[in-house]
Amino acid sequence: MFPELNNLLNITPDRAEQGKLTLLCDAKTDGSFLVHHFLSFYLKANCKVCFVALIQSFSHYNIVGQKLGVSLTLARERGQLVFLEGLKSSADVFFQAHGEPHPLQFLREASPGNLQPLFEFVREALKPVDNGEAAWRCPVLLVDDLGLLLSLGVGAVAVLDFVHYCRATVCWELKGNMVVLVHDSGDAEDEENDILLHGLSHQSHLILRTEGLATGFCRDVHGQLRILWRRPSQPTAQRDRSLTYQYKIQDKNVSFFAKGMSPAVL
Amino acid sequence: MAVAATCGTGAGSSACMASAASKSNVTSFQRRGPRASGTDSGGPRLVSIAGTRPSVRNGQLLVSSGLPALDQLLGGGLAVGTVLLIEEDKYNIYSPLLFKYFLAEGIISGHTLLVASAKEDPADILQELPAPLLDDNYKKELDEDVYNHKTPESNAKMKIAWRYQLLPKMEQIGPVSSSRFGHYYDASKRIPQELIETSKWHGFFLPKKISSPLKVEPRSLTHGYLKLLQFIQNIIYEEGFDGSNPQKKQKNILRIGIQNLGSPLWGDNICCTENCDNSHSLTKFLYLLRGLLRTSLSACIITMPTHLIQNKAVIARVTNLSDTVVGLESFIGSEKETNPLYKDYHGLIHIRQIPRLNNLICDESDVKDLAFKLKKKLFTIEWVQDNYLRQERNIYPPGFSYLLKQKDSAWGEGSLQHSTFLMSFLAKATAFASRLVRHGEPLKQTGSGRIRQAAGPRLRHDGRRQEAPGFLGIPP
Repeated sequence: MFPELNNLLNITPDRAEQGKLTLLCDAKTDGSFLVHHFLSFYLKANCKVCFVALIQSFSHYNIVGQKLGVSLTLARERGQLVFLEGLKSSADVFFQAHGEPHPLQFLREASPGNLQPLFEFVREALKPVDNGEAAWRCPVLLVDDLGLLLSLGVGAVAVLDFVHYCRATVCWELKGNMVVLVHDSGDAEDEENDILLHGLSHQSHLILRTEGLATGFCRDVHGQLRILWRRPSQPTAQRDRSLTYQYKIQDKNVSFFAKGMSPAVL
Repeated sequence: MAVAATCGTGAGSSACMASAASKSNVTSFQRRGPRASGTDSGGPRLVSIAGTRPSVRNGQLLVSSGLPALDQLLGGGLAVGTVLLIEEDKYNIYSPLLFKYFLAEGIISGHTLLVASAKEDPADILQELPAPLLDDNYKKELDEDVYNHKTPESNAKMKIAWRYQLLPKMEQIGPVSSSRFGHYYDASKRIPQELIETSKWHGFFLPKKISSPLKVEPRSLTHGYLKLLQFIQNIIYEEGFDGSNPQKKQKNILRIGIQNLGSPLWGDNICCTENCDNSHSLTKFLYLLRGLLRTSLSACIITMPTHLIQNKAVIARVTNLSDTVVGLESFIGSEKETNPLYKDYHGLIHIRQIPRLNNLICDESDVKDLAFKLKKKLFTIEWVQDNYLRQERNIYPPGFSYLLKQKDSAWGEGSLQHSTFLMSFLAKATAFASRLVRHGEPLKQTGSGRIRQAAGPRLRHDGRRQEAPGFLGIPP
């Protein structure tokens, strides 16, 4: 986790909030460093994490996690982390029929109807164990690249249904958190992606939006991060708070600074 | 990465590589040149495979793409387990070249090839691969080349843009022997027949394979893609590239080349209509292919005619699903052909995406305007500004403040890129940062009517003053 980002978001591993849906969105840049941040943050906060990783392999997250101070292999062995690796199991699921439904069952269908097997998997992974020992703090669902499901043939409405079900179970019933990443296609006119993104923005409590700089590539400032706090359940009596920072990604850390205050320019 | 997994060593080796990588850690701003194979940061348990080398940044295993200049731009090479997507140029003249360089590199390094095409028979493709340039031949070609080239001051110290001398040269001058990483090829000669015969390759020619019936239902992949996917999976399993076959202990790389993926010849109508009913076929294929690659010792190059795809959303999705994306734009038939900025070049090469594997950062190159040219034998990639700098150096000596009007630049009207570029080397500040040029207040006229320089940096870096030639408009 990045300490500076914790300060900006005003959270610490000891006092993690509960029942929140966080949306990570990136436009014209790569916002995956936020996924690594939240993964290591919740593991350090002693939460039980279910990670649906569709876009990269386990060893990728593991190696970056080690730089940030968490060991995913250890967490998986202890039972703190349930990891669904999309890439590794995709070919198996596609070619061979399994007995029980696999979470990625939708790959086999010609026109996938719903993501119910995936939801069952998540619910099974995060349900509290009854024996009461090694109680993890609160369950967390992390999805790396929800928008990828659209490329695999699932409709935007089906994905939104999945998010709704997960929110009802994870955020409301189990008092946990959800973090999802969706790419913003910008001017590529991806209607399904826009539907998904707008639907999620409407439901989330916290939106972290990374954008590339309007002036193009810069070696010292890699992009801009917009943080938007929302209160979706309450009427908007108070205005949603929004902050904008620029950041630079380094090998083990990301440094944030106010706009125009990059150390390279000052 | 997948490499650690397939070598069956599991978490131990990846941790070992990670710690080795962090021991050799340097700050992200240091430019690294590609080193010779066999650095010690590779991890002791990984037997070194010919034609590969570990990445200096994160211990990732890299293979050469066949063009050493492209390797440098991609951060050392193509990572094993990833997809390199080449967005074809409009008339498909230069992208087959990159495809062939990749395959030729595989033959020279002794890797196994898998060539898939819907248009040409893979055996014919292999016959047309370029011949490698061996050490003494290359020297001869290079000397000839340099002699013919018109700019003798390419080695002279740059006087104005002296900051740019610190940039490393784009091309690695100097041949490498065949046991090393990355070779040079002669595009005008064919690869010797015996090299093809001693190499191991598998071909997938769609018209021949499509006649056999499907054993599984399509599941929203077109027939051609499904067949190809099954073929690739079979080869990976049977030859043991994913380490799951107990009989085969494979310690080699499989290089997969897929030509013109997405074109109508593959049975996909994504290039023909905007709203095709089977629009997920291509993206699903790419995802499943990537899954196969990540769990095996293979690297894949795909050329795709993205300029034909009508639906821009699909191009965005395809880019997200690929690891490295390189776009080629040739100047044939476009207005850029007559642009003096681009003379001598045949097209532009855009590095659209570089993956961040096992890392938060990636080795993105600072130079963004890259052009390529195919000289009669060699394919070279250069920074466009090199040409431009040679032209501009006589017009804008340092020591003056200039007002730059943003119009009529070679890049296009009002291009921000042009003016920031000029400002950055005129202002003599930190390179590449776009700082405002400080305009000096006009001096009072003294002495004879000759205008001296306005206030601003008066001295050249070597301490002498200089007048601006061609300074127009002496005010009364």
